[in-house]
Amino acid sequence: MTDAPTPIIEARGLRKRYGASEVVCGVDFNVGPSECFGLLGPNGAGKTTTIRMITCFSPPSAGDLTVFGLPVTQHRAIKARLGLAPQEENLDPDLSVEMNLIVYASYFGIPRAEARTRVRELLAFAALSEKAGSRIATLSGGMKRRLILARALINRPQLLVLDEPTTGLDPQARHLVWERLRDLKRRGVAMLLTTHYMEEAAQLCDRLVVMDHGHIVSEGAPDALVERHVGRDVLEIATDGDPARRAQIEALVRPFGARVEPVGRGVVIYARNGADMPGMLGALTGEQVVHRRGTLEDVFLTLTGRELRE
Amino acid sequence: MTTILIGALRVWRRDMESWRRYYRASLVGALGEPILSLLAIGYGLGKFVTLGGVSYAEFLAPGILASAAMNAASFEATFGAYTRMAEQKTYDAILATPIGVPELVAGDVLWAASKSLLSGTAVLAVATVAGLVQSPWALVLPVVSLLIGIVFGAMGMVVASRAKAYDVFTYYFTLVITVMYLFGGVFFPIESLPPWARLVAWTMPLTHAVAIVRACMAGTVDLYVLPHLAVLVVMLLVAYAVAVRAVSRRLIV
Repeated sequence: MTDAPTPIIEARGLRKRYGASEVVCGVDFNVGPSECFGLLGPNGAGKTTTIRMITCFSPPSAGDLTVFGLPVTQHRAIKARLGLAPQEENLDPDLSVEMNLIVYASYFGIPRAEARTRVRELLAFAALSEKAGSRIATLSGGMKRRLILARALINRPQLLVLDEPTTGLDPQARHLVWERLRDLKRRGVAMLLTTHYMEEAAQLCDRLVVMDHGHIVSEGAPDALVERHVGRDVLEIATDGDPARRAQIEALVRPFGARVEPVGRGVVIYARNGADMPGMLGALTGEQVVHRRGTLEDVFLTLTGRELRE
Repeated sequence: MTTILIGALRVWRRDMESWRRYYRASLVGALGEPILSLLAIGYGLGKFVTLGGVSYAEFLAPGILASAAMNAASFEATFGAYTRMAEQKTYDAILATPIGVPELVAGDVLWAASKSLLSGTAVLAVATVAGLVQSPWALVLPVVSLLIGIVFGAMGMVVASRAKAYDVFTYYFTLVITVMYLFGGVFFPIESLPPWARLVAWTMPLTHAVAIVRACMAGTVDLYVLPHLAVLVVMLLVAYAVAVRAVSRRLIV
């Protein structure tokens, strides 16, 4: 937990109900200044609803929610200091790249001359300077994401909210976005991020929560979560889907305090910290063992299960 | 109040900037239709009709002006606003800034009304050249066009904010806008309607708009214009309040 004097976001017992169904069921968290905070969870976990409440698009049904110390009912004051990069592309198709940013600046009351300076900087930052006069329809997916990011920065926000900032991007475009987000982090911009890419969360987040069915199921730094839920070491063994082989392996590793999970046509062995690794590997001699480090993806699947969510 | 006005002007300016890309086609559509109606019906059909001593073109011109203002704002506030609200998600992008729903709706209504101002002024220019304007009161008609545009802009936004798809607007235009156009005193005096229909006609905003425009063009402005103005102002305030509520319910959930 951060002990920042004034948290950028503070949620206490935050709930959201739509009719009879509750999609956010009493969550508590806070985000400190200059912190990058991740919201992870399968589809329907309540991440986007939580973000909608923080960005004043959805009034909470119960609980306390403050942003910059202000209750979310003071939406104009909050949104003046906040940048939002939504999941859904909502650039203005009637305007050029440059005019998208200039017009957006006007909503914040930024004078035109100042806006032009900022737009030049931001287009360079987003590697879009050459596209200044282009129409939105001619941009690639990666360019649109970068323009949305640039747009979210036009008011020099203290908090940047990113809802799946790299979904659908190719690796090159994704790395460029990550690099830019790290730049912003260095400049002290606090970030709230949702993502389905565990690598992204591990790369960017100082701290994160895993949500499922509207609840927070775990919270911590990425490394700490890996240590807590899966351990540093993970073994994978192909069993060709043979249940007898699986049972045999389970019996072999159980004495070492490891957890075995069937995955596809093989098993994954989570060796908790402190487990006797050399001993266990000895017991598995003769098996084709892939030995790798535990990842956030393992944490995610451990906490939220392997069933498909729609 | 000031916040809403400043915010509304920022939204209005956004609409203006995007309109600059396609204003030519838009101008032809907005100005061509009323002017052609005035010429074809006023002079073509008008040869066979006289109405209480005035030429039919003279009778028709104010109605065409008022209905041109009605149509311009209605199209913009339904198809235009719905596209920004539901298809392009422009409203969501704007609401992520310090602009709130009241100023967003006000800005788009003002934009719709600006198109009415343009259409109304164009019809006025043609009517003046054709000698159909009898009074300097006609100078206030651009402002009246703007007012008509605000009324129909706010009404259109009410429809747009509740629409699930574009086809709803077909009902609105056929059952509401066209009924007003045909029975709101544009083509014949509503006094020629049976008494019950006259009552219905006076519930329609266009009827009051036509009455005001006709008085201004013919130079018969008197205190009887005030109740018509009052009805329009009440209608626009009610429609604006309903539209703000409906847009909030749709987008802030």
